[in-house]
Amino acid sequence: MGYLIIEQMLNGLQYGLMLFLLAAGLTLVFGIMDLINLAHGSLYMIGAFLAATFFQMLGSFFPALLLAIVATAFIGFILERLLYRKLQTMSHLSQVLATFALILIANESIKIIFGAQPLMISMPSGLSRAIEIVPDELYYPAYRLLIIGVGFAVAIGLYLLVNKTRTGMWMRAGASNREMAAVMGVRIKPLFTLVFVLGAALCALAGALLGPLLAVTIGMGESILIPAFQVIVIGGIGSMRGALIGSLLVGMIDTVGKLLLVLGLGFITDPTNAGTLGSTLASLSISVLMVAVLYFRPQGLFPARG
Amino acid sequence: MSALLTIENLETGYGPSQVLFGVNLEVQGGEASTLLGRNGMGKTTLLKAVFGQLPAWQGEIRFLGEKINGRSTEQIAQMGLALVPEGRQIFPNLSVEENLVAFHANRNKGEKPWKLDDIYELFPRLKERAGNMGNQLSGGEQQMLAVGRALMTNPYLLILDEATEGLSPIIRKEIWQVLARLKEAGQSFLVIDKYFKELVRVTDRHTFVEKGCSVWSGDTETLQRSPDLWKRYMGV
Repeated sequence: MGYLIIEQMLNGLQYGLMLFLLAAGLTLVFGIMDLINLAHGSLYMIGAFLAATFFQMLGSFFPALLLAIVATAFIGFILERLLYRKLQTMSHLSQVLATFALILIANESIKIIFGAQPLMISMPSGLSRAIEIVPDELYYPAYRLLIIGVGFAVAIGLYLLVNKTRTGMWMRAGASNREMAAVMGVRIKPLFTLVFVLGAALCALAGALLGPLLAVTIGMGESILIPAFQVIVIGGIGSMRGALIGSLLVGMIDTVGKLLLVLGLGFITDPTNAGTLGSTLASLSISVLMVAVLYFRPQGLFPARG
Repeated sequence: MSALLTIENLETGYGPSQVLFGVNLEVQGGEASTLLGRNGMGKTTLLKAVFGQLPAWQGEIRFLGEKINGRSTEQIAQMGLALVPEGRQIFPNLSVEENLVAFHANRNKGEKPWKLDDIYELFPRLKERAGNMGNQLSGGEQQMLAVGRALMTNPYLLILDEATEGLSPIIRKEIWQVLARLKEAGQSFLVIDKYFKELVRVTDRHTFVEKGCSVWSGDTETLQRSPDLWKRYMGV
């Protein structure tokens, strides 16, 4: 029972860190440019499909992953130049409509190019086994540990970028007060291009890493978009630290919270009901957390503006 | 001496409502000058136009001899124009030291540019608070930081918008002393404010603006000899 919880905590960590890869880009794009990008999840889907395709061509996981990241970053660059740069000056409603249209376009394009069937990526051989963490008691898949490791490495890298470099200072300055940052001479446009391309690359990284665990399907972007937005609202829009803490909170509630709810409800109702009810309540409690944060700290846990 | 900033017959406003009806201003290199007027004289609008945030309807703004209407805010800033804005606008999510080092540059290509240590020497208080975040400072400390942050870009011209607004008399005095030191150091600046005797004392040239028009300009001596001037335009 104790190990079950530990296992679920590791799952929560893994899910939270992948969520962070999306939320990090989303929060900076929203924070610095005040731009709502609903199609952020589509970049994640595109990254996953490209990784699956490169994997089928090359037969090897890590080169496919790298190629998918580079290609998605390039697509992000083109999109930023053609569309997002224009959207920056428009109203939130226009941004929502345009990026929602982009979701539909991305989904249809993927269907035309890759077909409607889900694609599969195999795990890199050697990582498909389970690692014994506590002898005879706790085994955990090596591949999921790799994901956790990569997630932490990216989090540390982003932390250093945002907190220890001048570019990071400009990002934070831009996220808290874009006009003042421009008055100080920060070149906002190239900074935004950088942030957007970085965000696209992180989406592809998440999509490719999760490829072997989930099926690569059309619409996978939308299902992760809502939690990613919840994360940045909880963490504070524009805050990288907020994105990390928010992601981990949401990841933990989604997995550990679900387990505890299912176990707890098992005492009052039969297991099938407990299972359904538990999952629903866990998703619900993420929204409840978000509402509570909005009520008590409307700027999020780590406000970037203030 | 050459003109750093020249504003000729500037007219602008928002949508259908015109705010500036012809502002003329010239700031020379090495000069400490002021733009004085009552609340509602249109100074915020003027600053927006100078920094490219609001298009000029009529007239011309030149900086270092180049026409800057139509350029982007960051281009104008990079040419060497810096602002200490109204309300300070310190970045709350950057530490005091980050607020300073993030924008360090030598835009006026001077031989002895302002560096972090110089700012700390000018405002020892900031050094004590180097690790604090921007939102943990008192109003006076924020004002010092805003001045320091602008100086770190080593601008040809520093513009201070309401340099002492909402500050205690002691801090006010400190800011004016700093302005006097900046003048000694040869830093050109323009203070946009209401009329203050102490401010006039530490600066050389003055322009009065009333209802969106520049109505008088001259040096400190002339201004101090003609109290009717500031009584008429400033109501003090």
